[in-house]
Amino acid sequence: MHIMEGYLPPLHAAAWMVAAAPFVVAGVRRIRRVVDDHPETKLLLATSGAFAFVLSALKIPSVTGSCSHPTGVGLGAVLFGPNAMAVLGTIVLLFQALLLAHGGLTTLGANVFSMAIVGPWVAYGVWRLAAGLGRSFAVFLAAALGNLATYCTTSVQLALAFPDPVTGFGGALAKFLSIFAITQVPLAVVEGILTVVVVNLLVQYSRDELSALAFGTKAMGAK
Amino acid sequence: MRGRNAILLLAAAAIVVLPLLVVGNAEFSGSDGQAQDLIDQGGYQPWFEPLWEPPSGEIESLLFSLQAALGAGLLGYYVGLRRGRREGRPEDRRTELHAGD
Repeated sequence: MHIMEGYLPPLHAAAWMVAAAPFVVAGVRRIRRVVDDHPETKLLLATSGAFAFVLSALKIPSVTGSCSHPTGVGLGAVLFGPNAMAVLGTIVLLFQALLLAHGGLTTLGANVFSMAIVGPWVAYGVWRLAAGLGRSFAVFLAAALGNLATYCTTSVQLALAFPDPVTGFGGALAKFLSIFAITQVPLAVVEGILTVVVVNLLVQYSRDELSALAFGTKAMGAK
Repeated sequence: MRGRNAILLLAAAAIVVLPLLVVGNAEFSGSDGQAQDLIDQGGYQPWFEPLWEPPSGEIESLLFSLQAALGAGLLGYYVGLRRGRREGRPEDRRTELHAGD
């Protein structure tokens, strides 16, 4: 999902930055409120960022014979809400853009939009909708679909910037999806499983923080 | 719960290893790079270069492992701290003592 440095035309790069900025601002506010209201969850917030840090460093082989990486943003999205992850995801992407030449500063807005905004929002939405299906299954679906949504967003972003000369946007979208989407399916499953494992540990050892965040009560209330 | 997590982790590991066994002769290049190649084929010239690039593949893998290590370190610290606190609580210890009576 990393669009490399300089690989979006300036107008597209700027537009995605403008689109991403309000979410990051809302995320800063959200994090400030969580930390003010529930200072005991600060370490859990950092841990959610750490989870995204680990997972987005892992390049995992897929059945398509290529490699890709999970995003790890689903965990923080179900715990702290999607906006908090806009900030944590931006930090991860900045680290990779500056130190690894992976992604870029000009493409930061687009990459933040796919990984730190669409991914967490889809994860959060799925989590709320699937809550009735049981905690583990809902968390699994949320993380896996958030991951897939990120890569589909990247495909759309690239197809908008580089429409096929003959088949236009649709043809380009099919080409970029063929690179990203199928490769990503097993990785989405892996991310879903790992997120469930971490949530299992939290339920076992961090009950106080989870209840401070109303985790499992708000979403599971519909059950 | 511990047994369930072990099974889940094994399943995740199996999904990661499976492609290496099934399509072992594949290149396993990165999908981000493949998208970049596709754009290059259209004759696109990137208009901005990374400010700094890792000088070699070794340095790049060093930084990627650093990223994973920092994340995993904090994750492990957090779970260990919470587990220690939970199991070290006086009320929990008391029940343990009574259980031995």
